[in-house]
Amino acid sequence: MNNVVKMFLNLVVVGALSGAVLSGVFSKADPMIKANKEKELREAIFIVLPDARDFKVFEKTVGAEKLIVYKGIDASGSPVGVAFKADGGGFQGNVGLMVGLDREYLKLKGMEVLEQLETPGLGDRIREEAFKEQFKGLDVKPKVEYIKYRKPEKPNQIQAITGATISSEAVVKNINNAVSKVIANFPLDEMNKPESAPAAAPVEAQNGK
Amino acid sequence: MANSLAREFTKGLWQEIPPFRLVLGLCPTLAVTNSAINGLAMGMATIFVLFFSNVLVSFIRRTISSQVRIPAYVVIIATLVTVADMFLAAVFPQISKALGPYIPLIVVNCIILGRAEAFAQKNSVLPTAADTLGIGTGFILSLTLMGGIREVLGFGSIFGVKLLGEWFEPWIIMILPAGAFLVFGGLVALVNYISSRKAAKAAEAAEAAAHGM
Repeated sequence: MNNVVKMFLNLVVVGALSGAVLSGVFSKADPMIKANKEKELREAIFIVLPDARDFKVFEKTVGAEKLIVYKGIDASGSPVGVAFKADGGGFQGNVGLMVGLDREYLKLKGMEVLEQLETPGLGDRIREEAFKEQFKGLDVKPKVEYIKYRKPEKPNQIQAITGATISSEAVVKNINNAVSKVIANFPLDEMNKPESAPAAAPVEAQNGK
Repeated sequence: MANSLAREFTKGLWQEIPPFRLVLGLCPTLAVTNSAINGLAMGMATIFVLFFSNVLVSFIRRTISSQVRIPAYVVIIATLVTVADMFLAAVFPQISKALGPYIPLIVVNCIILGRAEAFAQKNSVLPTAADTLGIGTGFILSLTLMGGIREVLGFGSIFGVKLLGEWFEPWIIMILPAGAFLVFGGLVALVNYISSRKAAKAAEAAEAAAHGM
């Protein structure tokens, strides 16, 4: 009997202490983790819309899905394009991108990888500058395409990474899905309405490389 | 005293070097060692959890009744791993991103529970600290070595610095899971070869000494 009480107390004390430590650390770490995510998101917006100095957030609910578009504006408040997230399955997990689209909805302004679990050394090369660079100025109409082993021939094509076709394809597919959703739900005139000039130009644009 | 502490420490570096000799902790050894930096970071996170959890286990070894020791150890280890995970995500988001799901998996790294069972619960705090630091350092060295070999062969670089020129065609298999098994097998064979040579030499020397009498 005594032993049962001791076992019981042992586990209760260990569990309670563990809970106390975890909640203490969590209350400190959670705001920092959230701030890191937020900062990463902001930086990505300024990377894909290099001429933006600030952005306004637009939200729309379509069915069960919530669409968020970040409308980039320059120092005088005139729109420079929109940024939005493009998520979808890759080779091993979600491939999350931030995509910048110009104000006519015709060409991409940039692409940044927010999250990916692709194979190190193969699929994760979608994060490389050389690959991301291909999306600058790319035509989104009729849609973005990829080709293998040779240089792109049309203005809407990129070259897939050798040995990582599935990851390259995931990027292209996610961009096409997200672009068509944005075009269908956020009319051009709404996204081209000037905004009031940003109070102080945020400096993230210079920080993001 | 200092001598025996040093012995507890150094045994982790060769005689009981975790992945190659104890053959423990193989999941992280195989999974995260596709570059030297990943191996090093995983090793550091593991030594943190290993050290603090085993010192704690050694502290409370007389208070915990033996029937519930395993659940108690698991709670301690899991708490420390969660703390390490949150700390990395809050302070070093880049490393946290690179290691991804592997940090939570330290919970099931058998080195930690293995050392708690085999050493910490039978020894006082100081020898336990020496033991875990030795085993942990051995683990860091093994993971960095494996990561280094795979990175050189698979990317032609080490710690992200290009080592081999354009002529080098990277062996992509080395950074894929199959490469982990190839390098691991090679290293286990090498370690066994070296120690069997050592044992043979020692036996020879003993025989010679016996004849010399």
